[in-house]
Amino acid sequence: MVDHAPAAAPVARLIDEFNKLPGIGPKSAQRLAYYLLRLPTEDAESLAHAILDVKQRIVLCGICQNLTETDPCALCRSEVRDRTVICVVEEPLDVLALERTHSFRGLYHVLHGVISPMDGVGPDDLKVRELLARLNGQEAREVIIATNPTLEGDATLMYLERLIAPLGVLVTRLARGLPIGADLEYADEVTLTRALEGRREI
Amino acid sequence: MRQSRLYRADALILRDRKIGEADKILTLYTADWGKFDAIAKGVRRPTSRKSGHLEVLTRSSLLLARGRSLDVITQSETLDSFAPLRDDLERLTHGLYVAELVHQFTVEQQVNRELYCLAVETLAALARDAALDLALRRFEMELLTLTGYQPQLRACVSCSGAIAPVVNYFSPPAGGVVCPACRVSETVLRPLSVNALKVLRLMQAAHPLQAARLQISAPLAAEIEEHLQLYIRYLLEREPRSREFMRSLRGPATERVLS
Repeated sequence: MVDHAPAAAPVARLIDEFNKLPGIGPKSAQRLAYYLLRLPTEDAESLAHAILDVKQRIVLCGICQNLTETDPCALCRSEVRDRTVICVVEEPLDVLALERTHSFRGLYHVLHGVISPMDGVGPDDLKVRELLARLNGQEAREVIIATNPTLEGDATLMYLERLIAPLGVLVTRLARGLPIGADLEYADEVTLTRALEGRREI
Repeated sequence: MRQSRLYRADALILRDRKIGEADKILTLYTADWGKFDAIAKGVRRPTSRKSGHLEVLTRSSLLLARGRSLDVITQSETLDSFAPLRDDLERLTHGLYVAELVHQFTVEQQVNRELYCLAVETLAALARDAALDLALRRFEMELLTLTGYQPQLRACVSCSGAIAPVVNYFSPPAGGVVCPACRVSETVLRPLSVNALKVLRLMQAAHPLQAARLQISAPLAAEIEEHLQLYIRYLLEREPRSREFMRSLRGPATERVLS
């Protein structure tokens, strides 16, 4: 709770709501609330509607589990995408990052998390079942697992590989190595080893 | 304790959580200062010079700066990445279980150098050995001893009488073996076979290398695991979280998910 004794009840309520947001402390919450108070009514309404809209109109795509306004989503409905390749990512934002590359023409599957045994997050808490159902029914030939190169990402990757490989689908993962602009001197041993393993002829 | 603004620490990274735009808060277990949280700035950017050295289950040499609430990691260099853990799902989950138990059995800022060494040695064993479960049992026994919960295996915890080579019982609340005569009042206790008692005693007494050479049958290993698991669950008042995932890997995973 924020200490807001002098603020009127509606303002106090708004401050409390802001204070619940990630990364917003009591002081930021107060600043935001008083900023909104000074805003023209139309602007405030537009913000309120934007918030309600995402809650009411955004659903999960029945195929790829990404956030979408129409089910199935535009990517899954697209005629030009390659339906034989599915790229598995942790979060919806990862789809945006991969789409920005313009190098991938296949479909996606969003897990909405990673396996994190220490936090009690297992495969049942992710969209794994949906992925397997998709692979059983469809023409997918390759699954690219694009989880983050972290411990949890790797755990998820190895777990999925174990599940998918018996289905006769090719399972691949993103290359590991040095990022653009990195410094060899500061690279850790695991990254450098992977970079050496994955070297290629020029 | 930490006088100057900058100080050095060899740390095992037990867990991490994301915070802010690109930062992480890491839970470190160090030989010199015990367990504490520190902030690692910018490690979620791809070009971070620290990120690879600050992954969970890595032992790194760190330079830290005292902060107002949390200390800030300014430099890091890997001492041991236990790389095989990252290529094998079983090894990885066993390693995470070790990290979770160390986290659960310690309090912040309490120094326990032996426990730090035990955790590092166990991770090295999990990266190297084939007998992963045996390494965990040895770790559990040693952890219990180092944190003050060493099970009493030499005398009955109820009557202090000698333990006869017959089927006895293990009592998690009492923290040790109960002889058949004392068992009557506590009927819910699980039986402890003679062989299981012998193995537990050996693990408690033997040099780690000696214990590593133990060859035990699957049913005996299962019995020992169950006793230790019940004792640990009693002490923590809950099941270690990573245990469920570890157990799920033993069965045919595909059927379980699809069922």
